[in-house]
Amino acid sequence: MRKLTGAVLATLLATTGAIADPVDDTLIVNEEMELVVRTAAPEHISEALDEVMSGWLFRGTETRAMQADDFDNPGMIFAEQARDVWNTAEGTEGKSCASCHDDIESMSGVKGTYPKWNETAGEVRTLQMQMNDCRTNRMGADAWKYDKGDAINMEAALASVARGTLVNVAIDGPAQSTWEQGKDLYYTRTGQLELSCANCHEDNYGNMIRADHLSQGQINGFPVYRLKNTKLNGSHSRFKGCVRDTRAETYSPGSAEFVALELYVASRGNGLSVEGPSIRN
Amino acid sequence: MASGVKPRVKVPKTAAAGDKITIKTLISHKMESGQRKDKEGNIIPRSIINRFTCDFNGENVIDVTLEPAISTNPYLEFEAVVPEAGEFKFTWYDDDGSVYDEAKKIAIG
Repeated sequence: MRKLTGAVLATLLATTGAIADPVDDTLIVNEEMELVVRTAAPEHISEALDEVMSGWLFRGTETRAMQADDFDNPGMIFAEQARDVWNTAEGTEGKSCASCHDDIESMSGVKGTYPKWNETAGEVRTLQMQMNDCRTNRMGADAWKYDKGDAINMEAALASVARGTLVNVAIDGPAQSTWEQGKDLYYTRTGQLELSCANCHEDNYGNMIRADHLSQGQINGFPVYRLKNTKLNGSHSRFKGCVRDTRAETYSPGSAEFVALELYVASRGNGLSVEGPSIRN
Repeated sequence: MASGVKPRVKVPKTAAAGDKITIKTLISHKMESGQRKDKEGNIIPRSIINRFTCDFNGENVIDVTLEPAISTNPYLEFEAVVPEAGEFKFTWYDDDGSVYDEAKKIAIG
């Protein structure tokens, strides 16, 4: 009897292991565009990882299918709303995004390169910071709140037109010190649980953390439509949630710390496709 | 009138005669149930899409009554047999009397 239990347990363990691994699947959006969801790790993290994988590979069959078709992807509703905003003039200058940038499709090369060093400002900027720079300085409009409403919708719209391009953020030159700061944050243990980003997403990806399947924590799919809150979520909001889960006081979305962390985490996905708005649970 | 309402439809461009095709429809709509209250405790008036129809060359394919419990941005997917080339017409009826239309042509090939 004991032997039998042992055999059953062994089978169970083996099965659980198989379920927890990332799936072997290819992401083809709208039956025409194949995205890179798995590739060799960029050189600067090759000591830690051999291969980088999109979070898409760690989600269930239904969730993956939902993202493979724009019609089924609820995140696209928000991206479409932002397309209307793109053409709407706002602020004292009477300008819209389109007044300077023309068609949003022409911005396909943008999302994959952010966060990015801004020479004039002398800082690394996220896409949302750059959007707000346009709004306050060029349009004479109010800045959008970080990771909220119009800001996250617009980031999703810019991500959607960038699908097919690869994440390729610069980590050298003037951005390097910010990148180093982000790297420090990534490996710093926080909170009562004393967990760093790396404890889950580097050491334990593919394993289950209770009912959740740990991914590598790549942000190539952001903004993310989460099934649990039925809206778009920004990477900073996700960072905040993770840090909170370690039972720590968190940084705020848009803070210098999270900008640095976004640059570092984005750089870990250099070579993966821009995927947003993606679907996760 | 409910704001931000936008119908979307996905129909294959071609089909073989007699083929069964899948049609997907989605309309962005807040679908306010009429059960909720605002901060002051006043009932937020009901505002939903209450009926959806699809016709093919004048013949009805599906006629759906939608109820208040249906969630935001109602998504409806159904199958239809295509006997000949023609046009699918989709109509959504709003509580406030607005009617939203969409049409898609399909060819035999």
